[in-house]
Amino acid sequence: MKVSLSSRVFDTVNVLLMLALTAVTLYPIVYVAVASISNPGLVASGEVNLVPRGLTWIAYERVLELPQLWTSYWNTIRYTAVQTGLTLLITAMMAYPLAKHWLPGRRLILLLAAFTLLFNGGLIPTFLVVQQLGMINTIWAIVLPTLVNTWYLFVMRTFFEALPADLEDAATIDGCGSLGVLLRIVLPLSMPVMMTVGLFTAVQQWNSFFDALIFLNERAMYPLQILLRGIVIKDAASDTYVADSGTFLVTIKYAVIMVATLPILCVYPFIQKYFVQGSMIGGIKG
Amino acid sequence: MSQSAQQQNQHRAARGSKGSLWRTMLRHKMLYVLMLPGILFYVVFKYIPMYGVLIAFQDYSVARGVWGSQWIGLQQFVTFFYKTPDAWKLIRNTFLLNIYDLLFHFPAPILLALLLNELRNVLFKRFVQTVSYMPYFLSTVVIVGMAVNFLSLNSGIVNHLLDWLGLDRIMFLSQPEWFRTIYIGTEVWQKLGWGTILYLAAIAGIDPTLYEAARIDGANRFQQVRHITLVGMIPVIVILFILNLGNMMEIGYQKIILLYNPMIYETADVINTFVYRRGVLGADFSFATAVGLFQSAIGLVLVIAANRIARKVSDTSLW
Repeated sequence: MKVSLSSRVFDTVNVLLMLALTAVTLYPIVYVAVASISNPGLVASGEVNLVPRGLTWIAYERVLELPQLWTSYWNTIRYTAVQTGLTLLITAMMAYPLAKHWLPGRRLILLLAAFTLLFNGGLIPTFLVVQQLGMINTIWAIVLPTLVNTWYLFVMRTFFEALPADLEDAATIDGCGSLGVLLRIVLPLSMPVMMTVGLFTAVQQWNSFFDALIFLNERAMYPLQILLRGIVIKDAASDTYVADSGTFLVTIKYAVIMVATLPILCVYPFIQKYFVQGSMIGGIKG
Repeated sequence: MSQSAQQQNQHRAARGSKGSLWRTMLRHKMLYVLMLPGILFYVVFKYIPMYGVLIAFQDYSVARGVWGSQWIGLQQFVTFFYKTPDAWKLIRNTFLLNIYDLLFHFPAPILLALLLNELRNVLFKRFVQTVSYMPYFLSTVVIVGMAVNFLSLNSGIVNHLLDWLGLDRIMFLSQPEWFRTIYIGTEVWQKLGWGTILYLAAIAGIDPTLYEAARIDGANRFQQVRHITLVGMIPVIVILFILNLGNMMEIGYQKIILLYNPMIYETADVINTFVYRRGVLGADFSFATAVGLFQSAIGLVLVIAANRIARKVSDTSLW
């Protein structure tokens, strides 16, 4: 096939553009990694650009010494694990009956759930509900207000609807109750969607800071992202976390970003396909 | 006959009489029990707060609750519109930030999806995709943290670069005129790649024979992109545009809370950050709820209007 000149010029320009995009995307991440293991003085004066200079682990040593880091890390793991488990369970329990077309009341429940996508009470009324339930400074303030995500509910329902009914019928005839059918038949067949929703929920919870900011005011309860904010963004606050850090502070900031983000960057290549799948199921109208 | 078909028939038969509808429900009571925790979640964390919106029309006191507090009608709204010097600024900032977002952030993934689709080397395409999705998984705190440190006056790489180019250093984070650029810039950097996924899926769904037919008719590559690829993406573009408008008023305030400081409130303070300061930090619950309600109402009107327009001018709409 004859390829016209303008077409070939376009191809070249396009590849160059994409290379530039890749560079622009990667450079900030690479810089954080490089700066975190470089000499703080050289980083502050702008002499570190792409390769580490004055290689040192001092920033990581300082970061890993912080007792608050381990408390926060543990809190984030706790919040993420509890939220992911509960979200999967409660969402599946709700989505499974909603996938039965003949169930009386199904439409009403779906409509009421969908309406919350269009309108919600807003920040303050939600805050007051959590406060009046006595959840402030507990894990429940972090986990419960975001327990069921309506998009994920619809995604799961759509997936369950497509499962063959015969297997469920067989199990029911064998004397399995609804919960039994859900746990023993439906869920094992639904691993892709459970994986997707679970991973989305986990990453969201791992990265979230705002609920913790408004619902938690005890340091012992703070998740990683709040600590991160204290050290990396609020300069004044970092002193209270990192005493006499002096010149190290600039690289300590980059090191703590690495420590908080490494788990996600490590698993990202493996879970990417689930995210892409999930994002596409979610895009189809519920 | 399979059981669900049986049930369907039973249900069809049941429509006539209330008694057997009740029996269907009773027979499947376990299914309702399964839904109970989820329904409870919606009631407590979605619908009770909607009811709680009533305090926008009250002088709410925590001790008296929603039932006992004094009703004062629209006075909180009057206070906001007439007695809050910043009201106009907040509304303007909210709208401007979102308009810039629609202008720069919304079309960017469409363009990128088109360019990605034109890449001939599949491996290279996959590589670019993988890299461009990555920032989406970084937390808002990390994104803002990186921006703040890169833009720092004395130790940030951006100012070092300006210095090296012989330009003056800029105090990016305390000059109001830079805020919108920083906000939209970081937003595009983080979400550009991820935003292409739905568009690429739409492109993958286009019938390949359309391209063949176009080639036979003598359409060149650019005409094919314009008349086939872009047209194939329109439904997704419309849906995402409506969704964007619906979230428009909400969007980004958590990031702004991390990014702003009193020196740049002039451009950075939006309705939701104001609600956060007055409500959560200042415990001025009724007033903050009223301001928040004003914003939700605009959001609702926008999404309904956008949906109606979309239904008129194209075949696609959200509902």
